[in-house]
Amino acid sequence: MPAVRTAAGRAGRRVQPGAGVAGRLEFLEALLVAGDPVQCAQRALSWLQRRAGVRRGLCLAAVATDGPRLIPMASLGVRDSAAAKFSVDLEARDHPLTRALLSASPVLIAGNGSGAAATPLGKTDLQAIPLAPIRAGDLPAGLLLVTPLTPAVVAEARWLGRVLGPRLAELVAARRREESGQRLQRERRLLSSIINAVTDPILLTDGEGRIIIANARAEALLATDDEQSEGRRRAVALNNMLFSAALTRRAIEGAEAPRHEVPLVDPVDGSDLLFELLSTMTSDAREGTGIVSILRNVTDLQRATAELEENYRKLRQTEADARAERDRLDLVIDSVADPILVTDPGGNTVLMNAPAEHLFTVAPEAASAEAQRLVQANDAHFSSFVSNLFFEGDSRRRSGRISLVDPGTGAALPMEAISGKIVSEHGEVTAVVTILHDRTEELERARLYEELKKVSAELEVKVRQATAELVRQNELLRRSHIALEQASALKSQFLANMSHEFRTPLNAILGYTSMLLKGVSGEMTSAQRRNLERIDSNSQHLLSIINDILDITRIEAGKMPLTLADFPIPDLVDEVLAEVEPLIARSQLEVATRVDRALPPLRSDRQKVKQIVINLLTNALKFTPEGWVRVTAAADPNTGRVAIAVADSGIGISAKDQTVIFEDFRQADDSPTRQYTGAGLGLAICRRLASMLDGELSVRSALGEGSTFTLALPRAPKDSG
Amino acid sequence: MTPAAPATLVLLVDDYADNRDIYVQFLTYSGLRVEEAENGHQALDKAFTLRPDVIVMDLSLPGLDGWEATRRLKHDPRTRDIPVIALTGHALAGHSKGAFDAGCDAFITKPCLPERLLDEIRAILAGRRPRPGESTS
Repeated sequence: MPAVRTAAGRAGRRVQPGAGVAGRLEFLEALLVAGDPVQCAQRALSWLQRRAGVRRGLCLAAVATDGPRLIPMASLGVRDSAAAKFSVDLEARDHPLTRALLSASPVLIAGNGSGAAATPLGKTDLQAIPLAPIRAGDLPAGLLLVTPLTPAVVAEARWLGRVLGPRLAELVAARRREESGQRLQRERRLLSSIINAVTDPILLTDGEGRIIIANARAEALLATDDEQSEGRRRAVALNNMLFSAALTRRAIEGAEAPRHEVPLVDPVDGSDLLFELLSTMTSDAREGTGIVSILRNVTDLQRATAELEENYRKLRQTEADARAERDRLDLVIDSVADPILVTDPGGNTVLMNAPAEHLFTVAPEAASAEAQRLVQANDAHFSSFVSNLFFEGDSRRRSGRISLVDPGTGAALPMEAISGKIVSEHGEVTAVVTILHDRTEELERARLYEELKKVSAELEVKVRQATAELVRQNELLRRSHIALEQASALKSQFLANMSHEFRTPLNAILGYTSMLLKGVSGEMTSAQRRNLERIDSNSQHLLSIINDILDITRIEAGKMPLTLADFPIPDLVDEVLAEVEPLIARSQLEVATRVDRALPPLRSDRQKVKQIVINLLTNALKFTPEGWVRVTAAADPNTGRVAIAVADSGIGISAKDQTVIFEDFRQADDSPTRQYTGAGLGLAICRRLASMLDGELSVRSALGEGSTFTLALPRAPKDSG
Repeated sequence: MTPAAPATLVLLVDDYADNRDIYVQFLTYSGLRVEEAENGHQALDKAFTLRPDVIVMDLSLPGLDGWEATRRLKHDPRTRDIPVIALTGHALAGHSKGAFDAGCDAFITKPCLPERLLDEIRAILAGRRPRPGESTS
């Protein structure tokens, strides 16, 4: 067997050709060590070359990739391009290689024999030996093609086919498994990048709500790690709660609920987001029940909706405002008492208020022929007025007077009409607004004004006349005043003279009486003395009357001068009492004084004050038959004035007489037989003196209960400085 | 009533005879010597010749009145120091002022009882001038 030898001599170095069982074991060992089908196939061909002298050969494996197929794993003595031609689809059942594989026993494939396709090796005959499958009955694991067709080659090849087949099938399957694992990984990556590319968060959660799968967007919202900020972790925690709650709600409400909105928080910037939750239950035999959730970001949608609603609301508001504005305008126009009309360039009335309607339209219920005629007349007047304005190019306003008639009453209405053009932006007159103002009142006012002017002029004449009369009267009055003053001066002079004339004889009477009583002319009988005393007292009375008249005259003539000085009141009271002492002694009354010794000095006319107090005291003594008389002096803390009061337990004065006693020549009980002063002028003089001193004289009394006369004086008179 | 020294001489000037008579009677009764004058000129003549101790002058006199008479007496060195007591029935305030302006030393309003006049004469001779206010009451 030279061929075998040649082959062995060329390839084998360690293995001895024909080494028998030992060579086969060596091969099996190498076969087990081979890690992949190609290596395995190459070792098989190399062993056959060395062992049986195979010159050319191919090892084809049946694989399931892209359908069942025979593909070359290794070749010996065959060019790669030729070897590639041995790749055969096993569906092609008529192919000699397919048939050879399915025959399950060694087949000779003749080169250049039957079939044009023949073998890729051309004329060379090939021995095809199917490789045994792992399990008997299965499709053979592959096909071994060898040449030359020596018995040794065939024998070794057939052995090889039995041991190589299962191993090769195993390695092919292993490689296929490995390839499909890699494909799965790739597909998984692809899937992952697809779901991550979706901008909506997508999640798969298990029955307990735990996240199994989440895309990047979902993880951004719902997953966190310790490196992230506190705020972001909180946001994520909140989002998880919200999401779980939404899932729970959905589970309760069921898939029928139209929409589930989930408000979440953007963990990055904290803004509010709104999502719509779409979730579907998935059931898997191995994985159990899960929920696929897709969250659609509807934040912008919601914002857009809100804006749309807001815009709609604004539109409605604007519409309402416009309507209100128009209503208000209508109201304003109608509330104007003057007629207002808007006329278009065609002379048609576009708008008029209620007062205008009254003038220019006929009420259906009062559509008398007369009213209609009046309305038409009004219309004609008005139209001619307005049409003039349309023809007048320049002026935008026109005012004039038109005479209208009230269709209701037939009364004439003199009207002031003011029209204004409404000009469009193109300069065209679009309308004319006319306001009519009733001039009736104005005319009436003008008439009244004229009348008033006339009356005023008349009045002026009368006033002038009256003034002249007044001047004349004044002059008369002035003259009579002068005459009166002269008369008054004459009266004072007369009284002064009279007083003098009275006094001179009275002086003689009193003088002689006094001397007689003093015994200058010798002693008298008691009857003479008594009569003389009567003469004396009457003379004294007469003198006091004359003195009183003189005082009144002097006060009235303003000729009673005041001599102001500071003096202590207690001294004055003491002096008065001393002066009146004879009267007191004669009266047998209990006379007491109660004078505040700490009273500050009074600035007044000492003589006048004394005169008043004496008068009061003598009056008290005179009108008190029995009992007491009390003189008091004290400061009144309320008024700051000094009050000198003379109180008595006398006959008193009735309320009626309390005013009378201060009048001239009046006395409640006038008795000339009284021995003391009293012409009924005393209190009148006292009151006048008191007022001259800026003081006041008052009485408090009741008939039978005594009287209290009080002289109230200021610390100093007003004009004393 | 008969003092050792010559009795005080009073010149009494009044045109009303009865009044003169009263005062003459009373003053004489009271131990004074009294000379009378019934008008201004007479008063001046008697004053210059008699040089009385005191002159009682009624102001309202016919012809030369009391004021003028007093003024002349007070301007004459012979009579300048003789006190003049003015006596008047006029109660108006102007009278007393005029009297003092004329040089009167005292002023008495009528009616004046004879004893009052005597008091006044004694007071003025004793060198006491009564206050004007007191003499009008």
